Amino acid sequence: MGEAVLRRKAWTRPGILPGFGLSLGYTLSYMGLMVALPLLALFVRAFGGGFAAFWRAATAPRVIDSYLLSFGGALIAAATNVVLGSLLAWVLVRYRFPGRRVVDALIDLPFALPTAVTGIALTALLGPGGLLGRPLESLGIKVAFTPLGIGIAMVFIGLPFVVRTVQPVLDDLNAEVEEVAASLGASRRQTFLLVILPTLLPAMLTGFALAFARAVGEYGSIIFIAGNLPHRTEIAPLLIVIKLEQYDYAAAAAIAAAMLIASFAVLLAINGAQRWVCRRSGRI
Amino acid sequence: MRRAVVAPTTEPALVQWGLTLAALGFVGIFLVLPLGTVFAEALAHGPAAYLRAVSDPDALAAMRLTLITAAIAVPLNLVFGVAASWAIAKFDFRGKSVLISLIDLPFSVSPVVSGLIFVLLFGLQGWFGPWLAAHDIKLIFAVPGIVLATVFVTFPFVARELIPLMQEQGSEEEEAALVLGASGRQIFLLVTLPNIRWGLLYGVLLCNARAMGEFGAVSVVSGHIRGLTNTMPLQVEILYNEYQFVAAFAVASLLAGLALVTLAAKTLLEHRFAATRAAAGKD
Amino acid sequence: MTRRILAVAFAAALFLGTGVAHAETTLLNVSYDPTRELYREVNAAFAAKWKAETGETLTINQSHGGSGKQARAVIDGLAADVVTLALAYDIDAIAAKSGQIAPGWQKRLPQNAAPYTSTIVFLVRKGNPKNIRDWDDLVKPGVQVITPNPKTSGGARWNYLAAWGYARETLGGDAAAEAFVKKLFANVPVLDTGARGATNTFVQRRLGDVLLAWENEAFLAVESLGKDAVEIVVPSMSILAEPPVAAVDAVVDRRGTRRAAEAYLKFLYTPEAQEMVAKHYYRPRDPAVAAKYAARFPQLRLITVDGAFGGWQKAQKEHFADGGIFDRIGVNR
Repeated sequence: MGEAVLRRKAWTRPGILPGFGLSLGYTLSYMGLMVALPLLALFVRAFGGGFAAFWRAATAPRVIDSYLLSFGGALIAAATNVVLGSLLAWVLVRYRFPGRRVVDALIDLPFALPTAVTGIALTALLGPGGLLGRPLESLGIKVAFTPLGIGIAMVFIGLPFVVRTVQPVLDDLNAEVEEVAASLGASRRQTFLLVILPTLLPAMLTGFALAFARAVGEYGSIIFIAGNLPHRTEIAPLLIVIKLEQYDYAAAAAIAAAMLIASFAVLLAINGAQRWVCRRSGRI
Repeated sequence: MRRAVVAPTTEPALVQWGLTLAALGFVGIFLVLPLGTVFAEALAHGPAAYLRAVSDPDALAAMRLTLITAAIAVPLNLVFGVAASWAIAKFDFRGKSVLISLIDLPFSVSPVVSGLIFVLLFGLQGWFGPWLAAHDIKLIFAVPGIVLATVFVTFPFVARELIPLMQEQGSEEEEAALVLGASGRQIFLLVTLPNIRWGLLYGVLLCNARAMGEFGAVSVVSGHIRGLTNTMPLQVEILYNEYQFVAAFAVASLLAGLALVTLAAKTLLEHRFAATRAAAGKD
Repeated sequence: MTRRILAVAFAAALFLGTGVAHAETTLLNVSYDPTRELYREVNAAFAAKWKAETGETLTINQSHGGSGKQARAVIDGLAADVVTLALAYDIDAIAAKSGQIAPGWQKRLPQNAAPYTSTIVFLVRKGNPKNIRDWDDLVKPGVQVITPNPKTSGGARWNYLAAWGYARETLGGDAAAEAFVKKLFANVPVLDTGARGATNTFVQRRLGDVLLAWENEAFLAVESLGKDAVEIVVPSMSILAEPPVAAVDAVVDRRGTRRAAEAYLKFLYTPEAQEMVAKHYYRPRDPAVAAKYAARFPQLRLITVDGAFGGWQKAQKEHFADGGIFDRIGVNR
């Protein structure tokens, strides 16, 4: 890592390799066409009626409630994933048990499984008549069509991101550091909290950010299990669809733009936090 | 020897077992059970009903469309991923970090919005819609629109895999080849490509999985014409809405099977990947 | 090599794109959720008839979804030759927002351009355990009502207006009706975006005590999901639902399919098609067919949107537009 940084610092001369103009030019024009232009269209539509119209559409009470659900749910789900995902990564890296390979491969299932399939599978499983839904219901816990169900779908789709960011760092973690800590008299708990956890923190934050970004905009796997009740179980992406179906393009674009800005801000904040953690732990 | 004493760098066996069981239980309930549900529901009425469902003409058309979409979207993003990572990893220029964040941007865009933006651009009420209609070119509610939305959604995957990999590898080998008189094409094909091939395949695999499974974005631009513009995930929804649960889960099980193949291929690749890395490390 | 792959890919895309655009003898019928089974049969019959009469092979493609969603797709450029939607408002929207359908479309075909009608009935669990007989049973505490979202579903708007009409007559006045409808929606645990989603929620996921549904949707649910699971309850009064049909002028003129499209729509009024209509539990317009199937469709008093609500434009604006009554009763909950 340090070597890579050094090399990059030293390598300030203009590149001697060919293809800079071609590759960068292609990258920029393809990105411009495929990403920048469509997003520009979105923002033009969102702000086309003036800022006041945008603000009115993007902050209606029902819209605000859907943001709270989508962003709140995604934050809670991402936090849950940090705990569960780190646990999974820990078990997969540190312990040996039969079937470890299979479990390791399965971690990516939520990523590879199409969202509509996830949606109907979770609903079949957790619905009132489902394999898990029925016993839970008899315990008085309703999952499907409640915010809890939305949260579970969000945890499901975000899981791989935390595991896959924490796992390699754990792999690289030098056992000697732990041994030194132990020989200096640290208890296992102290070693974990003061040595291991700080090292994992940047990766956990990255995983958190990715899981959050994925969950906040998710539609396919949530829509089947969400109740879609205004103010209670209506996620923001659904509201965009509803606005579209009411032929209200400006409002749909406004909500979409507001979500985009907000989730980008959250990601930037997490990136900032990560840099801060890195710098701090780098100093130690 | 040391393990007999109180092992300083590991946990008591009880804790190990507890954590492992917790993790396995979680994976079982959270990942295996939903997957099992798909196959159980698909085969609820026996294999004959299953076969009938997956050989239905509309289902076959959906499969064809899904394959075509992936066959166009993945190569497009592959070429982009290689170009972008070449520019970013091998050269220094201003605004590089902004460019990297922009490449990541589609990842944080809601799938619904990914569809919406193309409607705003190419829909009849959008920027280019009237012009396209006047020239009888169909993008939205036809195959090109589905491809566009899929390309947008799967945009970052190859680039994301390649950029860190190529940055890590640096450019000494390429520079050496250049000094030895290799052309740009030779450098790329003979030096860079062998170094990045596993990462490249890995990115393609992820990109392909998402391309075949995308629902939200495609749903907005599809038009849902039976046998023409329904992809497999859309076909699952339609069948589900027609009370044809066995058929819905049967098509879903094909997609789930595809996901499992992807995972298996990925695990295999990771091993090759790790092996080449280890070999490179020993040099 | 990549360039060659790209070339092939683009060729494939172009081939497919143009293949869809230029196939001469296809019609696209963009319809709403519950008509899938009906049009599957109608399409086959009409294609055979067309072949016999003109020698032309006709393929009729189908697209189904929530009525509003489908109208939006047509506005955005989905090249529908004919639209067969849940309510006149959605076709009006296409006419107004895209100009693809000439105004006055509803006068071009008989009977408000609605070749079949339906109404809103209740679907309850077998044995009717909550003893639901009429609209006022829906607002009782502890009764869970399933209906789709009136913002996105045409059927749900009929549900809502039928409840409103009942309350206005029995309780007297719009204020009482608003309170009634508000109480009713307080009993709704889930709002699906379309009629089919709501039926699935009720029947398959076993949520709720009563489903407000299209009559045909209710019959179909009983038929395909078992008589031992659900049964139909017909309330004392309901609303006359007239799902209208229209040719999309801009599309049929551009594609040269006007003759086939108009013949297709007229075919819906023929005794042959009306039989299919009745078979799929829509109420036929043809008097002879209606008489034949009279036993199937219970007679009840039906109000109309034009008579009770001053037409769809007015009803939409007052009740379902942003800031309308439906938003109000939701916000106050």
